[in-house]
Order: sequence, then C-alpha cells, then structure tokens
Amino acid sequence: MFRILTQRVLGQSLLQQGIRPGAVASASRCFASAAKDLTVREALNSALNEEMSADPRVLLMGEEVGEYQGAYKITKGLLDKYGPDRVLDTPITEAGFTGIAVGAAYHGLRPVVEFMTFNFAMQAIDHIINSAAKTYYMSAGQISVPIVFRGPNGAAAGVGAQHSQCYASWYASCPGLKVLAPYSSEDARGLLKAAIRDPDPVVFLENELLYGEAFPVSAEVLDSNFALPIGKAKIEREGKDVTITAFSKMVGFALKAAEILDKEGISAEVINLRSIRPLDRAAINASVRKTNRLVTVEEGFPQHGVGAEICTSVVEESFGYLDAPVERIAGADVPMPYAANLERLALPQVEDIVRAAKRACYRSVPMAAAV
Amino acid sequence: MAFRVITMKSGAMMATARYLTRRNMTHGGSCCGNHHHHHPPFERKKQQSCSRSLSGFWRFNSTKASAVDVYSSDEDVTNTNHHQGLDFPGGHVSYTHSLNFISKSSTQNRVPCYRVLDDNGVVIRSSSGDLESQLQQQPLISQQTALKIYREMVRLQVMDTIFYEAQRQGRLSFYLTSTGEEAISVASAAALSSDDVVMPQYREPGVLLWRGFSLREFADQCFGNKDDYGKGRQMPIHYGSNKLNYFTVSSPLAFEEACMTQLLLCLNSYLQGDFHAGLNFAAVTESPVVFVCRNNGWAISTNVSEQFRSDGIVVKGQAYGIDSIRVDGNDALAVYNSIRAARQMAVNQGKPVLVEFLTYRVGHHSTSDDSTKYRPMDEIEHWKVTRNPVSRFRKWVEGNGWWNEDEESELRSATRKQLLQAIQAAERTEKPFLEEMFTDVYDETPSNLREQQEQLREIIKRHPKDYPSDIPV
Repeated sequence: MFRILTQRVLGQSLLQQGIRPGAVASASRCFASAAKDLTVREALNSALNEEMSADPRVLLMGEEVGEYQGAYKITKGLLDKYGPDRVLDTPITEAGFTGIAVGAAYHGLRPVVEFMTFNFAMQAIDHIINSAAKTYYMSAGQISVPIVFRGPNGAAAGVGAQHSQCYASWYASCPGLKVLAPYSSEDARGLLKAAIRDPDPVVFLENELLYGEAFPVSAEVLDSNFALPIGKAKIEREGKDVTITAFSKMVGFALKAAEILDKEGISAEVINLRSIRPLDRAAINASVRKTNRLVTVEEGFPQHGVGAEICTSVVEESFGYLDAPVERIAGADVPMPYAANLERLALPQVEDIVRAAKRACYRSVPMAAAV
Repeated sequence: MAFRVITMKSGAMMATARYLTRRNMTHGGSCCGNHHHHHPPFERKKQQSCSRSLSGFWRFNSTKASAVDVYSSDEDVTNTNHHQGLDFPGGHVSYTHSLNFISKSSTQNRVPCYRVLDDNGVVIRSSSGDLESQLQQQPLISQQTALKIYREMVRLQVMDTIFYEAQRQGRLSFYLTSTGEEAISVASAAALSSDDVVMPQYREPGVLLWRGFSLREFADQCFGNKDDYGKGRQMPIHYGSNKLNYFTVSSPLAFEEACMTQLLLCLNSYLQGDFHAGLNFAAVTESPVVFVCRNNGWAISTNVSEQFRSDGIVVKGQAYGIDSIRVDGNDALAVYNSIRAARQMAVNQGKPVLVEFLTYRVGHHSTSDDSTKYRPMDEIEHWKVTRNPVSRFRKWVEGNGWWNEDEESELRSATRKQLLQAIQAAERTEKPFLEEMFTDVYDETPSNLREQQEQLREIIKRHPKDYPSDIPV
C-alpha cells in the first residue's frame, strides 16, 4: 500500500514536467541506419562548415584554427573556404580572445571559440562565467550571448595533470550555461549544430581520443538541417537489470561493459547523457524506475561530479524504485599522473564498470545455475 | 521598455579585416614585419670582414655570437654602429656595445600632464608664445557645450550627495560616488558622439547624465524597482542603457570586447590580466578604441605606489605600441580636448589610443568604505576644496560671463528637489514581479526554474508573514 502511494506521489513530479514514461523513447530513436562511416573529426568539421555556410554571423576563433588547419584538424579547410574574416587565428591569450569573442557575441555575432583543451580555458574562466553565462540575466534580457566554447575535455593519453582534467561538472553547475558532451559522430554533428544555433552560451566538451573514431551514420544525420535537441539523453542500449549513465568516451566503455555483462546474464541499459546541463533527469529516472539499479560513470574527479548530481536526482525522484545503492564510477581523486601505468589506474576502465554493475546487482559470481 | 541592441557587425569585421589583411601581408614567413624583403629570412652573405655592405646591415644564418666578426677591427665603431643592425623577427634593431639597462623612469623624467586651465580656472597661455602652441591651448568649445558640461557636473555632484545620504539613512543598500572625478566622465562624454559605445567601470555615471539618463531612471536602478531596466537584479549603481550605448556596469572587468568595436573604455583596474591582453589585442588588431584610465590614486585602500612601480599607466600604453597621453583629469577642458583628439585618431587612423587622466578620488571608495582609515583627512580636504574640478571649471565659465551665482543656486536647488522627488517615487514603486527572478537565465525559461517558481508561489501563499509584502507575486 505504501509503495503504491509513493509511486503515485513520485509519479506526479514526472507528470508535472510533462514527461510520460514512453516519451523518452523518442529521444533514443536510432538514426544509424548504416549509410556510411564518419569520424567524429569529420562530423565536427562538417557541422562547422554547414553552420558557417548557413549563417554569415558564425565565426571561428582560436589558436591554430586557421593556417594550421586546427590543432586537431577539426577546422581543416575552413580558412580557405571562409577567409580570414571568419576564421581567426588568435594570439596565445585565452583571456584575450575569449573576451573578444564574448564581446562580439554581445553585438550580434555568433562566435565559436576553440580552446586547445579546456584546461587552457581556465585562463578565460572569468569571461566564460561572468561575461558570458551571467550576462543575459544581469542585463535583464537585453544582452544575449549566442556563443559556443568548444574543445577537447578530459584525459587524453599521457598528457599529465594540467592537460587532463574533465570540466563537465564545473560548467554544469552554472546557471546560464548549457553544457554538451557528444560521444558518437551523430552526437558530434547534431549537438554542435544545435549549440551554434542556440541563443544561449554553450560549453561543448569534446574528447581528443574520440576524434579519430568512426561511427556509422544515416543519411538523415548527414543532412545539413540535422540537429539534435539539447537536454535529451539517448538510450544507446536498452536493458532491464541495471542502468548505466555515461557521457563522452565513457559511453564506449559502458557499451563494452554491457556486452560483458550480457554474457553473464545481466542486461544493462546504457544511457548516453549527451547533455550535462540541462540534464535529462526524466530519461534517467524513467530508466531507473525500469531497472531499479544505477551505475553512473564519468572520467572526472568524483567529488561534486556529474554522478553525484545524477544520484541526487534519482534519490529525489525515484527513491522508492532503487533496489540497491547508486554506484558511482569516476576518475581517481588525484591530479592525473603521467606514467602510462598510473594513468590507466587513475581512469575508469571497462572492468570497473562491470564490477560496479555487478555490485549493484548483488552479484559478483556468474549466475550459472540460478535461473 | 524595449531596447534595440546596436549591432556593430561592420565595426567588428572592419577591425578584424584590418588586422588580418596586415597579417596576411606578413605571412610569407619574413622575419621582418615592417619591410617587404624578397630574400628568404636567413641568407648567408659573403664574408666581408672589415668592410661594411652598402645596405648597412648583415644577415646571418646563425644567431651564434661567433658568427659575428664585425668587431675584429680596433677602429672606433660607436659612430657607425647605428647604421649597423640586426634583423630579427619583429624588425631591424641597431646594436650597442654598452651594457646599459633602460632605467625605469625617475620622479624627474615622468611623462608630463596636459592641462588647459590652471587651478584658478584660467586658460594657461603658453609661455613659448608660438602660434601653434597658443592654438593648442585654445579651448575648442562652444558656450552651449561648456555650459552643458558644467551643468551636468553640478547635477552629478548633487546626485552623489543625495544618493549617498539616502544610503546612510538606510534607504539604499549601497552607493558609490564620483566625487572629485566629475570632469572626467562628463567632459569625455561631451567629446564623444552618442553612437560611441561606452564600456564603463563604475565611476562614470556622468556619461549617462550627459546622454540623457533621467534622475528617476538612476533612482529606479538604485532602488531595484519594477521600472529598473535591470529588473532589480543588480546592486545599486550598476546602470546600463542599450538606448544610450552604455554597457551595463559589471564588477569584473570585461576588457577585450572593446577591441572589436569602436568604444570608449573607462577603467581603473590596470592590474587585471585582462588589461594587458586587451591593450595588446587592440594594438595588434588596430581596433579603433579609446582606452581611458582614471588614475585617481587609490584602489580602495591600496595607494598607487603599492599598485605599480611604472610611471603611471601612460607608459604602459606605449609599451603595447599604443599612442598615449597623460591629462589633468580635474580640468574639464583638457579632458574634452584630449578625448576629442583621441577619438579622431581612433576613427580616422583606425588604431587604439590610451588616455590616462590623473585625478583624485575625494570620496570613499563606496558606502562600504571609510577612507579616513587609510589616508589623512587633510589630504582629502585639500583635493576636495582646492583641487575641485567643478569649482575650477565654474571659475572659467563665470570668467567668460556665461554663468553666475543665481543660476548656480537655482540649478543646485532644482536638482536637489528633483532628486528627492525621484527617490520618493522610486522608493514607493513596486518591486519587480517574482517571476523576474527566474527569467533570462536562458533564452527560454527551463522547466526546473518554472517548477521552482511555482513552488515559491505556493510557499509564499502558505506563509505570507515570512515574506515581504511589497513583492508582487
């Protein structure tokens, strides 16, 4: 009886948000009807190209984005195509060029600022937060800031502590910002296009190691009008025993973990968050209400991380549905070490996710004869 | 209450286009930015031990000291040295034998300060007597403009006094005066056009007064009522006006926006990293910006001697390759002339200009400060009485027969009355609606904020005595 009451009470808040349990399925509609393979790099490049072509106010700024074709070649060919008025190589001052870009956005342009990594964006954090994120509010709606900050985030391979931090949770705690984290090429294209078209400042967290990875994409994804909605997660893999949330590179790890778990009789549902702010709480909660178990996965530091917020959201909205404590997988609580063996230990690996899922399922031995 | 956002696309693009055209010109990889050479950068010239080449400089394909053997002879080379030089990236430099460090400026050789009026409000006649410098000293200002400047300086003084008192009475939470610096903001605004976008720090409401912001609009912002253009979201004195091309005051400095368009930037925080990036960028991109620095001697309680050891700010402009000038900020005519000239240079020559106004912050930093704690009372009095920019300009205006005591007292009492009325009206006006707390975080209010707004309404309805009654729900 109590459980039915709690279900009714808890169900109210989801309904108030206008989300019916079935509606989240639309966000997970699979666009990959396997037309061709596209790398994340190509996806980002084509998205930038198309948005610059469609809207003359869009411009690119950053170190090495022009002549050098981009530090990671994401902006390849764009200087040649659009000229130095729209693709600007900047001096090495993040504070400087971020400030300029924000000012340009104040005046109606739509800059896309590339940070060589988001570690360097810390040099410009005052402009990102105080000048960009808060300005629409502080100016009472008079000055909008349609700017995109993009670049690699999180760990790469052997780049040490000052080049490996994940900033998802820092930026996602700020009202006024939107924070996106693509995983696949479809995500990269759709979310970057949406970010450029969005009137609010968007932090777009890419991943260096994913740039070269190829994903199959459908014709729909390749269309120049394609865009993904901001604030909607994607169910990458459906399951019924445990929900695993992840973003960026960890989605790939979660999917591999799900394969391993599947062989052991645990059906894991993998959610690709896509949007860290706004977080798709409805999708996460709907999934947990189905599976009753949750594992959150992220690369960044554990304290005050994305997983902490997801856990709280589920505890607030779906406490009665949890059959086990929420498991939180995150990077080690240390500055990233350089040595390859230590780096591997400092980052979540597939095995960690598998073990966590099993803990959530109260099992650490294969369920051989149980069924 | 709608404001148009002024698009400065053409300005931004102009600035960037100019920057990039120049950049493309030097892209060939030449080491010499300013010369167009056809030789590749480091080409070995034939060994010529004692004779000098006709062009007067050597190029080396190595930067090792041993490659240089120009000094193998004993002859006195000091006279011919300045013809000798080296090409490095950045241009040609002549070299010297003497190991001399450029000394920092001493108190003897500081950059001089431009002024037109002396302390008694009399135009200083140039002692050199030549026509050019005489003409330079002539105030190029009409009676109408001069009187408007004077009136707004007086109104600013009165406004500061009344609002300050209102804060002391507990009617305002905070206020910040421009006492002692009235000439800077008003006369600068007079020298600009109304289209010039001004990015203020926080001690420049004189610009708004000049451009027509009403006393009631100032009061509305200070009281944060529903007529405040900022919807009650900011502390007092954080004025902004799209219509008047005056950027909303924000406490952290947002510098570099200046570089993309033509604007006047008032600043006092020249130690922020932004300052350096901003000046540098403006110089490199050749942006038509006028940077204005109110060097008023104090950064809250930190005296300038603890802020920097350079000769003020004017030399920093020079360091970044920007034409700079130091001006007596308490001399309204000097302010007017210099900003007018600076603006012309910026617009016509497409480059940044830096103007340092020397002045003194007579008032406390703000109502949260008591400056008698860190500086002597008689110093404050001295600047308040003897070096007062308003009375100094008054002497000149009266000296021309354009003003008198009656008009003075009439202006002051009329302004005072208007201010008291504005304050009363602003105080009585309703505060902004509750929903304004939740709007404008994003372009579209997200669902979590709509939810929170509903929840807050419910709570206020249930516990009305816990909430102020003057907030319309």
